[in-house]
Amino acid sequence: MPTIVVEVMPKAELLDPQGKAVAGALGRLGQTQSALANVTGVRVGKRFEISIEGEADADALAAVRELADTVLSNSVIEDVVGIHVQDAPSSAVA
Amino acid sequence: MRIGVVTFPGSLDDRDAARAIRLAGADAVSLWHGDHDLHGVDALVLPGGFSYGDYLRAGAIASLSPIMTEVIDAANKGMPVLGICNGFQMLTEAHLLDGGLIRNDKGRFICRDQGLRIENNASDWTSEFSANAEIVIPLKNGEGSFMASDETLKALEGEGRIVARYIGGNPNGSLNDIAGVTNARGNVVGLMPHPEHAVEAGFGPDTDDAMASGVDGLTFFTSVIAGALVAR
Repeated sequence: MPTIVVEVMPKAELLDPQGKAVAGALGRLGQTQSALANVTGVRVGKRFEISIEGEADADALAAVRELADTVLSNSVIEDVVGIHVQDAPSSAVA
Repeated sequence: MRIGVVTFPGSLDDRDAARAIRLAGADAVSLWHGDHDLHGVDALVLPGGFSYGDYLRAGAIASLSPIMTEVIDAANKGMPVLGICNGFQMLTEAHLLDGGLIRNDKGRFICRDQGLRIENNASDWTSEFSANAEIVIPLKNGEGSFMASDETLKALEGEGRIVARYIGGNPNGSLNDIAGVTNARGNVVGLMPHPEHAVEAGFGPDTDDAMASGVDGLTFFTSVIAGALVAR
């Protein structure tokens, strides 16, 4: 079943309190875990996976683009940063 | 005057809003998000709460509710509409008000009595305040940080559409200390703090005179009633 993935991020110029809080926690961990010591920032966004019947063709993508711009994101505070097609809903990486 | 209060799944302050309306001297009419019917009301309140658990974005799913078709239509025809907290978020999501609300800058839910300056006393919901009145009403939100583009912010400031500004410290990172805005016509107002929780002595914010005696919120509701009387 084709899945159209929509990714939404808070606007770059706006403060992202969620990302800032996560970055703060990583900063504290980084004092003891050297692999995290060079993390300079974290931003937290959203990923939508929209499963559809039939082909993920241009029409389907255009419809999802419209949905992304009008419902899945709010252009005052967020940007749609990616729309792409994959074969199935995501599962855990090996 | 009949003022409708819309209940959405997850609304919390609909009953308080209805009580405030009655204490101000109007009839409160309960409206349901799933209906396409405003039951002939003269004004509307979209109450606070956590409609749909703030899923997607605060107010976003509620702004797509069936009744919002009628709410948007009535607002565009000039009906007074007040969105409080989650209701304010719905009004921005419905494009009835400019700007948007994001998570508080300190990452904390804020619940406290909040000082405000009423900077626009010409809107349908603030007409009974004196110019630059300073009031105290409760504030309680996790996503109350008002954001807008530079261009929008300039327009809001230049056109006097900032209804209320935080005083005594900005609680949530809102640009220009904005606590509430209105549309060009002045009939649609969004407020992050809660006037409906400061309408009855014994249950409001503390004042210099007595504990819990603050009733500054009542004036929002008496304003819209006074406006309706003038219109008649």
